[in-house]
Amino acid sequence: MAGGLLPKLVGQEYVWQIDTKKCTHCGRCATSCIKTPSAVKCFHAFDMCGYCDLCGGYFRQGVKNLNTGAENQLCPTAAITRQFIEEPFFEYHIQKDLCIGCAKCVKGCEAFGNGSLQLQVDQSICDNCNECSIARDCPSNAISRVPSGKSYLMQGINWKNET
Amino acid sequence: MKKSIYILFFILSAIFAFQSFPVNAENRFPKPEFEQGHIQPETITPSPRLLLLEYLDVAVLITALSLISYFILKKRSRKLVFWTSVFSVLYFGFYREGCVCSIGAIQNVTLALFKDDYHIPLTAFLFFIIPLIYTLLFGRTFCAGICPLGALQDIVGLKPMPIEAWLEKVLGIFPFIYLGLAVLFAATGTDFVICRYDPFVGFFRLDASFTMFMIGGLFLIAGVFIARPYCRFLCPYGALLNIISRFSFKHMTITPETCINCRLCENACPYGAINMPVQLKEKEKTETVVRRYILLSIMVPIFIFTGGFLASNFSSGFAHVNPKVKLAKELKNNTNYGMGEKEALEITAFRSSGQSMDELNLEVAKIEKEFYLGSWILGGFTGLVFGLMLISLTVFKYHPDYSPNKATCHSCARCMEFCPVKPGVL
Repeated sequence: MAGGLLPKLVGQEYVWQIDTKKCTHCGRCATSCIKTPSAVKCFHAFDMCGYCDLCGGYFRQGVKNLNTGAENQLCPTAAITRQFIEEPFFEYHIQKDLCIGCAKCVKGCEAFGNGSLQLQVDQSICDNCNECSIARDCPSNAISRVPSGKSYLMQGINWKNET
Repeated sequence: MKKSIYILFFILSAIFAFQSFPVNAENRFPKPEFEQGHIQPETITPSPRLLLLEYLDVAVLITALSLISYFILKKRSRKLVFWTSVFSVLYFGFYREGCVCSIGAIQNVTLALFKDDYHIPLTAFLFFIIPLIYTLLFGRTFCAGICPLGALQDIVGLKPMPIEAWLEKVLGIFPFIYLGLAVLFAATGTDFVICRYDPFVGFFRLDASFTMFMIGGLFLIAGVFIARPYCRFLCPYGALLNIISRFSFKHMTITPETCINCRLCENACPYGAINMPVQLKEKEKTETVVRRYILLSIMVPIFIFTGGFLASNFSSGFAHVNPKVKLAKELKNNTNYGMGEKEALEITAFRSSGQSMDELNLEVAKIEKEFYLGSWILGGFTGLVFGLMLISLTVFKYHPDYSPNKATCHSCARCMEFCPVKPGVL
C-alpha cells in the first residue's frame, strides 16, 4: 500500500478552480457552494474586454436606454459598476462583495461580447473543502483540483504567482 | 461608431440568442486604444492560503497529539484533556473550519491509491498517518481531544447514560460499514461521503444546509445523553483506530498502580469501554471449545460470501450515485429530472461537450464494473467484521482487574479520577 502511495505524494497543495472552457454558465455555482454567498465570483479579464458601450454582460437583452438604471442591469445584485472612460468606451468593474457567482453576466458577455467576464473560484474566499460541493453538482465537470501555485484557469490574465 | 456596435449587437443576438458559445481566442471586439491615456487595470487574482500555513497545521497536530498523550499517560489529568479538547475545537474546528481532517483524509488516500490522475498533498497524507502512528504508540489519544468532531461531542457530553452491551456491539459494526462505503465511493472517484455527511462541519463554518444543521444538531443533542454518538457508531476513522489501538504499545490504564477492585470506576466510562473483571470460571471442556471454533471458522467464510453476495446485488444502486452513471441512465431511458419541460442541465452540458454516447457508455461500463467488484469486497468486509465480532463475543479471557478496552477506549481520562489508588502509595 505504501509503495502505491509514495509516488503519488506531492509537496504542493491543490485548490479548486473552474475551467472556463468547460463552464456552461448554468448558475449552480451560486447555490451549490457551502458558503453563502458563493466563493465563486465573476472575474474580469480587462485584457480581453472590448470596453463596449452596449455590454452584453451589463445590460439586459433588448434594453432601451444604455444607462445605469436598475431596470437595465442584468446583474441581480448590481455588482457590476459601469464607468465612462472616453467616447465610446466604458469600463466594467465587479464588486466582489456583491457578486454571488450566478453567471448571468458571464453568459451575456460570452454570447455577445469577448468573453472577458469569467467565473472563477476566489481563492481568498474558498474554504478549499476536501471535496468541492459545486464540483459535485457541476453538470459539465468544469471544476477540478489545480496546483495552488497556479490557481486560476481563466483566460486573458498575466500570471504573477506562477511557480 | 455607436450605431455600428448597435447593428452588430442585433446581428449577433439574432445568431447567438439563448445559446452559449465557446470562448474564442479571437476577440469579437478589438481591444480599444485609449487616446486620453487611460491605463487598463490589472485583473486581481487573490492567492490561496499559504503552503507554509498548511505545514503549520501539521506541526500543530503533532504538538497537540504529543501534549495530550503526555496529559493522559503521565499527568493523568482529565482537566488538561478537557482544555486540549477546547483548543482543538477552536483551532481545527472553528479556525480551520473542520478541513483538513484525518477522517476525511481516508478518502484522499483511497483516491490516490485507485485513481491515476489524483495526487495527494503531503499534508493530507500526514493528517491521515500521524494519528495512526500515535494510536499505535499510545492508544486513541487522537480521539480523546484532538479530533475536532470528537472534542466537540466530548464537551457536550454532560449527562451520559450507559447503553446496553448488545446494542453497543451491534451499533459498533456501523463504523466499519461506513468505512467500507466511504472507501468504495472514493475509490471509484464518485463522492467523498464522509465530508458530505460530516455532521459538525456546518457548525464549525457557521454555514450549512438546513438538513445538515438538523443532523448535526440532533447529534449534539443526542450527544448530551449518549456520549459521542458519531465517534462510536459512525466514525470511519474511529473504526481504523479501533483496530490499531488493540496493538498499542503503551495504552492508558485506569489505575496508576495495581487495581484493588474497589469498583469505583465501574460506571465512570461514558463509552462502556471498561473491561469488567472476569473471574476464573469452570474450565470449559476442550471438546466444546474446539467444536465452537470449528463452527465459527466455517461460519466466517459463509458470512463473507453472503455479505458479498448481498452487497453485489446493490451494486447498481451504489453505482447510480455516480453522476456519470446517472447521466447515462437518464439519456438511455429518455427520463429527465429537470424541472417541467426544461431539459436537465446535465443533459445540455453533455450534448455541448461533444462527447459521444458510446464514449460515455464505455466509461460508465467501466465504473459499473468497479462498483460490482467493490460491492463484493464491501459486503465481504462487512461479513468478516460481523463474524469476528461474533467470535470476540465467545472469548472469555481471564483478567482479575478493571482495565480499559483498548479498542473502544477513547482515552478521555474520566475513569482515572475515580481511582482512589495514588501512584507510589501501594
